[in-house]
Amino acid sequence: MPKQIILAAHFPGVNNTTVWSDPEAGSQIDFASFKHLARTAERGRFDFFFLAEGLRLREQRGLIHDLDVVGRPDTLTVLAGLAAVTTHLGLAGTLNATFHEPYELARQLATLDHLSGGRAAWNVVTSSGPFFGENFRKGGFLDYADRYKRAGEFIDTARELWDSWEPLAPDRDAGFFADTGTFRHTGAQFDIGGRFGVPRSPQGHPVILQAGDSDGGRELAAAKADAIFSRHHQLEDGREFYRDVKARLARYGRDPDSLKIIPGVSFVLGDTLADAQEKAHHIRRQQVSPQTAILLLEQVWNTDLSAYDAEGPLPEIDPQVDAESIIQGRAAQHADRLATAAEWRGIAEQKSLSIRELIIEVTGRQSFIGTTATVAAELDEYVQTDACDGFILVPHLTPGGLDDFVDGVVPLLQERGVFRNEYGSTTLRGNLGLA
Amino acid sequence: MTSPLHLAVALDGLGWHPAAWRTSTHEAADVFRGDYWVRLVQEAEAGLLDLVTFEDTFGPPTDAPGELNGRLDAVLVASRVAPVTEHIGLVPVATTTLTEPFHLSTAIATLDYLSSGRAGWQARVSARPGEAALLGRPAASELSELFDEAADAVEVVRRLWDSWEDDAIIRDVATGRYIDRDRLHYVDFAGEFFTVKGPSIVPRPPQGQPVVAALAHAAVPYEFASRSADLVFVTPSDAQDAAEIVRRVPGPKVFADLVVFLDDHAPAAHERRGRLDALLTEPWQSDALIFAGTPEQLADLLLSWRDAGVDGFRLRPGALPYDLEAITRLLVPVLQDRGVFRTTPPPGSLRSTLGLPPAVNRYATPEGAPVA
Repeated sequence: MPKQIILAAHFPGVNNTTVWSDPEAGSQIDFASFKHLARTAERGRFDFFFLAEGLRLREQRGLIHDLDVVGRPDTLTVLAGLAAVTTHLGLAGTLNATFHEPYELARQLATLDHLSGGRAAWNVVTSSGPFFGENFRKGGFLDYADRYKRAGEFIDTARELWDSWEPLAPDRDAGFFADTGTFRHTGAQFDIGGRFGVPRSPQGHPVILQAGDSDGGRELAAAKADAIFSRHHQLEDGREFYRDVKARLARYGRDPDSLKIIPGVSFVLGDTLADAQEKAHHIRRQQVSPQTAILLLEQVWNTDLSAYDAEGPLPEIDPQVDAESIIQGRAAQHADRLATAAEWRGIAEQKSLSIRELIIEVTGRQSFIGTTATVAAELDEYVQTDACDGFILVPHLTPGGLDDFVDGVVPLLQERGVFRNEYGSTTLRGNLGLA
Repeated sequence: MTSPLHLAVALDGLGWHPAAWRTSTHEAADVFRGDYWVRLVQEAEAGLLDLVTFEDTFGPPTDAPGELNGRLDAVLVASRVAPVTEHIGLVPVATTTLTEPFHLSTAIATLDYLSSGRAGWQARVSARPGEAALLGRPAASELSELFDEAADAVEVVRRLWDSWEDDAIIRDVATGRYIDRDRLHYVDFAGEFFTVKGPSIVPRPPQGQPVVAALAHAAVPYEFASRSADLVFVTPSDAQDAAEIVRRVPGPKVFADLVVFLDDHAPAAHERRGRLDALLTEPWQSDALIFAGTPEQLADLLLSWRDAGVDGFRLRPGALPYDLEAITRLLVPVLQDRGVFRTTPPPGSLRSTLGLPPAVNRYATPEGAPVA
C-alpha cells in the first residue's frame, strides 16, 4: 500500500498571502467563516484544521500594520466552537509557550480534547524579545537562546500533568470518584506543584506540532513532537529536510513514522495549466498591492521607502544594515540585507521589473499551480518520494478558498489510493496513525 | 405594572450538592463530554432563561476523593455550546488572579462572536491555598489585594474590548488599507500588578462590552462588583437581607443566588435533599440559601425578594439535570402564569436581555468631531 497523505487546512492568516480585496473574500472574524472552512475540510476527510495565534498586532515603522488582514479571534475559543460543528476533524492551534503557563494551557488543551472527543492538537512556538511581552505580565523575559529550553520543558510539564490522572473508575456506591491528579515538577523553567483538575482526555496527550526550522527546532521536534509544520515545500529541499529530521529520531529511540513532516503550502487550480498560471499571477497581484510592494521592500531595505513609486525602479540607496529592525511582531525574514538587495537588483535589471513586479517575482509564489490532475499527481509524488508526509494547505481566500481543492483534488487522491475515503478513527492520533 | 423577572441557572458538575453525582441519571464521566453541556444549556434555553453560568476555579473544584474533583475549563465549555444555541446568555467563570488579562479579554470577545452577542464573564479571584503554587507563584497576602488586581484586570479587559472602534475594518482597495489604524487604540494600562499595551488582537465584539458579572458576599467584593461589574450575584438569607444587600451594591443588576431542590410535592423535594445529605458525614451547607419545595412556593419566595429590590435570580440546581428540568418545566410555567416571566425567547444580545444600555466605546470619536 502506498504512503497515505496527511492533509490539513490552515485558516487564512494575517500575512499578505490572504487576499482580502477580492469580492469573494468574507469575514476574517465571524464564526461562520471558520465553520465553513472547517466543514469543507471535514467534507474532504482532512486530518485537521489549523489556526494560528495572535499576541499583538504587527507594526512597521512604529505604526500598526494596516495593509494586510488585521485582527483575529482567540485560538482555543474558536477551536472549542468548531468542536460543536464537526465530528472527526482534528483541531490544531498555535499557542505560544512564552506567554502561556503549563498548568493553564495543559488544562485548556485537555478540555478541548474532552470537548472534541479526542481531536485536539497544539503547535508549540516560542517568542523572545520585548514586543509581544508588552501585553503580558512578565514582559519580554525570555532570552533567544532559551526558547527551546522553555518549549521543551513546557511540553514535558504538560505531559506530566496529562499523565497525572488514571482512567476514571468512579464508584457511586462506595462514594469514591478519584484520588489522582497530584503532580510535582521541578526544573529550570518551571517549579510547580499541586493537583491537576482535568481527568485524562480521550487522546491522553493532544497531538503536538512544532514549527521551528533551526537546528534547535529540529532537535526539539525529533525529541518531543508528533508532527512538524515545516516551510520546506520545494521537492529537493523537502527531501533534504525530511532526511535530516527523520535521521534524528533514532537518537531518541523513536520510529521514523512517529514524527510526521507536513509543510505549509499554497495552491492554485485552473482548467488548464495556462489558466492556472494566469490565475496564479492574478492572485499574486492581489497579494502584492503597490502599497504592500513598498512595505515588503522596506523589510529588506530596513528604512522608509514610502516616497518611492511601486511601479518604478528599485531604490539606488543601500539597505540599512546596522539599524534596529523596522518590523515588529513577525519573524525576521532576511538575514543578509545587502546580499538580498544585490540579488533583487540583478533580477530586476535582467527582467526589467518594477518594484511591484519584482516583489511578485521573488516573494511567495504559490507552491502548487496546475489542474486538479497535475496538482494531485505532484502532491502524491512529494509524499511517495519522501519530501514530506502531507501538507498544511493555506488557501488565499476566506472562507471559500478550499472548496475547489476538496471538490477537485481530493477525489483524485482517493482514486490513487493515497488518501482516505472515510475517517478510520474518531481521534486525531488515530487518523494520523500515531500511537 | 410589575417588572418581569430575570432568571439564570448556574451550572456545575452534576449539581451543586456534593453528593449529587452519586444519584444522577448521568454517569460522572458525562460532565467531561461536550454533549452533556449542550443538552443542559439547550434545556435552559427551552425554558427561555436569560443566561447560564459555568462554574470554574483555577485549580480543581475540590481535592476530596469522594466528590467530583475534576472540572473542564469553563470558557471553553461555553464556547463548545455557543454555536448550537441561539438565545441564551453564556457566562463562564474565569479567574483574574493567575491569568493574563490579555488572554481573558480575547477569549471572551471571541465567545461573543461565537454566540452573536450572548457572552458574559463572571470574574473571580483565586484565593484558595495552593492555587498560586500551580503556577509556581507566591500566594497573595491579602484578599483585598486580589480584588484590587481583579478590578485592574476588568479595567484592562474592558479597555481592550473598546480598543477597536466598530468601524475600524475598512477594506479600502484604493489605498490598499484593510483597517483605518486611527480607529485602533493602545490601551496603555500600567498598574501595580501588570502593564498591558494593546490594542486587542480581536476586533470589538458584537456587544461592544460583553456582560461582566461577579459573585459577592462581603464588603470587599461588594465594592469590587459595584465598581467593575454589570451584574452581581448575591446570597441573601431572606427578603430583608436582600433589601439590605441591594443597597450595598449600587450600579450593577442584582441577582440573588439560591440552591434549589424542586418537586411538584414539597415532601419529595425535602426527601431528595435529605437522601443526598445522608451520603455525607454531615448535612451540606452552602453560601447561598438552600430551598427545597414546590414551584409555587419558590415563585412566592422569588416575588417577595423581587419586591425587596433584586432584579433577578440565579438558581443553582441541587442535582443535574433533575432540578434544571424542574426549573424549566415546572417553575417557568408558574412564573409565566403569574405574568412575571417572558413567553418568547429573548431576541437580542445578552446586554439587551438584561436591560443594560448599549455599550458606548470609550475611545470612539463622536461623529463629526475633529480627531485630535
